[in-house]
Amino acid sequence: MKLLAVETSTDACSAALFIDGEIIEKFAVAPREHTKLILPMINQLMTDAQLKPQQLDAIGLSRGPGSFTGVRIAGGVVQGIAYGADLPVVPVSTLAAIAQDFFNRRSDAALSFTAMDARMNEIFWGVYQRNPLGLAELIGAEAVTPADEVIFPDRAGFGVGSGWGVYAEQLSQRLAERVLGIEVDVWPRAGCVAQLGAYGFANGLAVAVEQAMPVYLRDKVAKKQSER
Amino acid sequence: MYVLGIESSCDETAVALYHASKGLIAHTLYSQIATHAEYGGVVPELASRDHIRKLVPLIKTVLKEAELTAKDIEGIAYTAGPGLMGSLLVGAATAQSLAWTWQIPAIAVHHMEGHLLAPMLEDNPPTYPFVALLISGGHTMLIEVRAIGKYRLLGESLDDAAGEAFDKTAKMLGLEYPGGPKLAELARSGQNRFKFPRPMTDRPGLEFSFSGLKTFTMNALHATQQTEQDKADIAFAFQQAIAETLSIKCKRALQQTQLKTLVVAGGVSANQEIRQQLQQMATKEGADIRFPRPEFCTDNGAMIAYAGCQRLMAGQTQNLEIFARPRWPMEQLISL
Ligand SMILES: Nc1ncnc2c1ncn2[C@@H]1O[C@H](COP(=O)(O)OP(=O)(O)OP(=O)(O)O)[C@@H](O)[C@H]1O
Ligand SMILES: [Mg+2]
Repeated sequence: MKLLAVETSTDACSAALFIDGEIIEKFAVAPREHTKLILPMINQLMTDAQLKPQQLDAIGLSRGPGSFTGVRIAGGVVQGIAYGADLPVVPVSTLAAIAQDFFNRRSDAALSFTAMDARMNEIFWGVYQRNPLGLAELIGAEAVTPADEVIFPDRAGFGVGSGWGVYAEQLSQRLAERVLGIEVDVWPRAGCVAQLGAYGFANGLAVAVEQAMPVYLRDKVAKKQSER
Repeated sequence: MYVLGIESSCDETAVALYHASKGLIAHTLYSQIATHAEYGGVVPELASRDHIRKLVPLIKTVLKEAELTAKDIEGIAYTAGPGLMGSLLVGAATAQSLAWTWQIPAIAVHHMEGHLLAPMLEDNPPTYPFVALLISGGHTMLIEVRAIGKYRLLGESLDDAAGEAFDKTAKMLGLEYPGGPKLAELARSGQNRFKFPRPMTDRPGLEFSFSGLKTFTMNALHATQQTEQDKADIAFAFQQAIAETLSIKCKRALQQTQLKTLVVAGGVSANQEIRQQLQQMATKEGADIRFPRPEFCTDNGAMIAYAGCQRLMAGQTQNLEIFARPRWPMEQLISL
């Protein structure tokens, strides 16, 4: 199983290859440099692995939520490659990728209250638990809401992601003693998108390129004339 | 050489296929007008969201229509600017990654160069050098064109673009976005009752200014009962004013450059009254005048495929950077 993953939904930019269980990743924190970095990263990974896009089984897309422009850069790149090489796409949540990176590094963690800053006084959030294979699995649904409106299960876990930097107070207050610890600086990484994407591919979650769409969570972006 | 052209700079997603010697092979377009109409104008974020939904299906459509496959395509051209950043990025990212996958060159095309070269897609294309009048939603420019990429700006609008003036005036008259073509329609039942100014024609120079005309129109409208006939008469007077102003400036540009060919392109060049007045002026001046067919006046993929094909044939290519420039002065372009 060979899968290429692309992640550009925050200030970080990364690409990764999953080749039969092994993951190689290129990663950089580089605000506004994604357009310069992402294709050279992909090209380098593929050249080093001596792979042509047509030899892959699928492409993993970090489908959001995140910066709208960012998730569309990954979306466009992934659609171009998937269409060009006739490959299916496995969309992976950016929040899941963040939770996965945390689980990979913290073997003691079983639950991640994952939250990203969504600007406009809101956060993108989702609750992820570690499944028996060690992979991040969503409980309930992801959402975008003000920090003091999040709904978390009555279980203890870790606060993970940039949302916990900006809204530490509101989130801690709302979750109270359920919070075992907080880690703010966790990026979504293509390596984790690849890890989750390979698992998704094996479980039939790949879609055709026309269905490989960004997920924005925030769908109301302007007022209609009739609403003004 | 078959070149795929991708346009996504504003609210139209368009794809075309052009062949260096066979000409235009296929083209298709998805207009987002319905998406934005409820908002009274283009919402950039919604435009970007539409582009990413539509682009790949449109590419598939064009290849199918042309009965060609990936192996036949030798280059990909995409609009890199000027335009809306989010919209440009969708086309640029998709085009660049597709070119990388197919191992063929990509080329970043300037949207206004695309407009300017659109008349080259017609049977009897103009020959260089010529004067170009570009009149679109975001631009009003007179350019001396020596060759592809050899552009000298002769004059441009100091404020609103011609298309913008049409759209804003149309809105005042209660017409739905995008109002330019609707205003032209309304003007057909208008009569020659008002005399509107011809801005900046009473002094030398090739600059334009249309925002004063907008204010003048507003005042004229408020001085009436605003009946349908009043509105039609105002639309008529407004369109006359724009057409005559453009005509006066083009005449000056031809005289100043001593060139004998005028090329008119961009969305507003679809306007029949403007075409007619420019045609009459050109005839009097003994000049040749060329327009794109109406569907290639507004944004389209064919003009991008054409412009990209010329640059690719000259050996120009874009590296692996996803190139998008919301602002991109035309004079920065390199010649072939
Ligand atoms: N028949 C017409 N009469 C007047 N204006 C028209 C007509 N048809 C189209 N337009 C105007 O043309 C403009 C659209 O043209 P075009 O698609 O070239 O512009 P754009 O791509 O939005 O801007 P730019 O090319 O400067 O980035 C709109 O302002 C529209 O109202
Ligand atoms: Mg245009």
